[in-house]
Amino acid sequence: MNLFVESIAILAPGLTGWAAGRAVLAGEKPYEPAPFAPPVADLLPAVERRRTGLIVKLALAVGHEALTSAGRPADSVATVFTSSGGDGDVINDICITLAGSDRQVSPTRFHNSVHNAPAGYWGIATHSHHPSTSLCGFDWSFAIGLIEAAAQLQVDRQEVMLVGYDAPYPEPLGSVRRVAHPFGAALLLTRSHTGRTIAELEVTMDAKAKAISRMSDAALEQLRAGNPCARSLPLLAALAGAQPQRVTLERDAGQTLSLSVRTF
Amino acid sequence: MQPLFLNRFAIASSAGIGLDATVQALGEMRSGLAPCTFETVRLDTFVGQIADAALAPVRADLAEFDCRNNRIAQLCLQQDGFEQSVRAAREKYGPARVGVFVGTSTSGILETELAYRRRDASGALPADFRYATTHNTYSVAWFVQSYFGLTGPSMAISTACSSSAKAFGSAARMIAAGLCDAAVVGGVDSLCLTTLYGFNSLGLLSPALCRPFDADRDGISIGEGAGMLLLEKTALGATADSIALLGVGESSDAYHMSTPHPEGLGARMAMEQALMSAELPPGAVDYINLHGTGTRSNDATEDKAVCALFGNDTPSSSTKGWTGHTLGACGAIDAIICALAIERGFMPGSVNTRTVDPALGLRYLLDNRRERPDIAMSNAFGFGGTNCSLLLGRVQS
Repeated sequence: MNLFVESIAILAPGLTGWAAGRAVLAGEKPYEPAPFAPPVADLLPAVERRRTGLIVKLALAVGHEALTSAGRPADSVATVFTSSGGDGDVINDICITLAGSDRQVSPTRFHNSVHNAPAGYWGIATHSHHPSTSLCGFDWSFAIGLIEAAAQLQVDRQEVMLVGYDAPYPEPLGSVRRVAHPFGAALLLTRSHTGRTIAELEVTMDAKAKAISRMSDAALEQLRAGNPCARSLPLLAALAGAQPQRVTLERDAGQTLSLSVRTF
Repeated sequence: MQPLFLNRFAIASSAGIGLDATVQALGEMRSGLAPCTFETVRLDTFVGQIADAALAPVRADLAEFDCRNNRIAQLCLQQDGFEQSVRAAREKYGPARVGVFVGTSTSGILETELAYRRRDASGALPADFRYATTHNTYSVAWFVQSYFGLTGPSMAISTACSSSAKAFGSAARMIAAGLCDAAVVGGVDSLCLTTLYGFNSLGLLSPALCRPFDADRDGISIGEGAGMLLLEKTALGATADSIALLGVGESSDAYHMSTPHPEGLGARMAMEQALMSAELPPGAVDYINLHGTGTRSNDATEDKAVCALFGNDTPSSSTKGWTGHTLGACGAIDAIICALAIERGFMPGSVNTRTVDPALGLRYLLDNRRERPDIAMSNAFGFGGTNCSLLLGRVQS
């Protein structure tokens, strides 16, 4: 399947936005891990903003960056949200409450506990009535989201925005599900070449699993391995212009997905 | 869209385990709901619970996946010849050409809820707790994929109560894009404390049996269950008619996290999109299985949306009085009820509902009808303003 990239967004420790992130991933600048500053969800009305946690802010921030970079109106695209698990802080709070004697769950926490909470807030923020889905594929969530987005473009849409995000879980969940740091990425993808196309992407489901791509820089490799969504880094590096331009991501069932990048 | 044939389907809910038991419960107007005695939950509500005795541990080689949610999935896979049909499809197409698309809202979160009670003095979770293969949202899709040894694309779709309706959309796209030849599509959700106490905190649990579209409706009854379907491009049966997925429509309310759009705007858009994808006019739809949860706001807004698009003459009902609201599983369960209606020639009425709300305009069926719909629509809407409508119908193969 061939598809086209109009814009890219990234948000992770030391990679704040595509302009800065691209230079690092292209090898033009060294990667310097920096403390992560949670983004402000300024797309949302103030009342909703107060209700959102890191995972929603992360998803909205990268989604907003990708849309803005592509110069597209906020309500103009269908979306595929993908994450390995949703909001760990909310799940942790709810499970602590339910393990206690007073089981009064906060209504806001409850509606924020759904896996599609970021997609719901995205709708409220952008007023977009376009279809939106929210997927989970454990450690392979980004690759699975990319397959879904590619299939949507192949079959029935002109453009789709893929939004991936994962953030650390608090203890005690953190000990059984290790996510080392927050990471979000978004791609504005189109079916055909447009005036704004910056890269072409060929997506192939490998018939036989191949060796997966890793980052040559040790710190970036640590970043990649420490967060399910960060498994997208080899693809993002290729989109930044770094070699190699052909990368392999792991998907479910021990299988792989190969991606061939051609930047314009 | 190209119709996709429902070559096999299976169901397990509190209303019935297996298709025949489900049809019998529907025919006899026998609800699966009962006063809640689930786990240690002390809430004044009814639930649609599958008897614990019916939930055998998962297959020994998949023991790491063992949890209530995957037990319900397995129970469903083992009904109605479903397992055999998926194995035949695996044989026919190869394991890499069969995809798995399962909708779930809370997956196996009950395991985590219980594990939190067993935290040690330092606050750590017990050593026997397995997060990835139970609680994680992907667990149930992973379990189904592993159960059959499939290697085609698999995913959990988790968009609250529209999850397993949207699973049909993903499956249809993957088949149309040539990424697989057949798809196991399903929905599974299980009772847990998060949803029971969560919906309670929102004031959305009925203290009685849920009564969709009733003038006195006062909330939902939560149920658990699973529906599984095998979708293929060609019909399997030797019979002249087969049942197929004809259309899928999806939209977003863009309004509120837990309240539907007051005019049912997103719901209407999803239904319109489903008709467009099936290339059918509204008049072609013989029966609508409503989302019909029994909350004041869902039923009122769904009614507006249906009336705006279909007028007030299309027979419609909600079957949640039988199954309870099975949340992420209801898209698949309700689609299967539509398929049964088409196959066996009936339109379900509505158990528990006594007096249809006079403020609502659509043609709501209270009693079962012995009339065969050729084309049925199934609606599923969820938190986050997510909407999905499916069209199913009889197709000459």
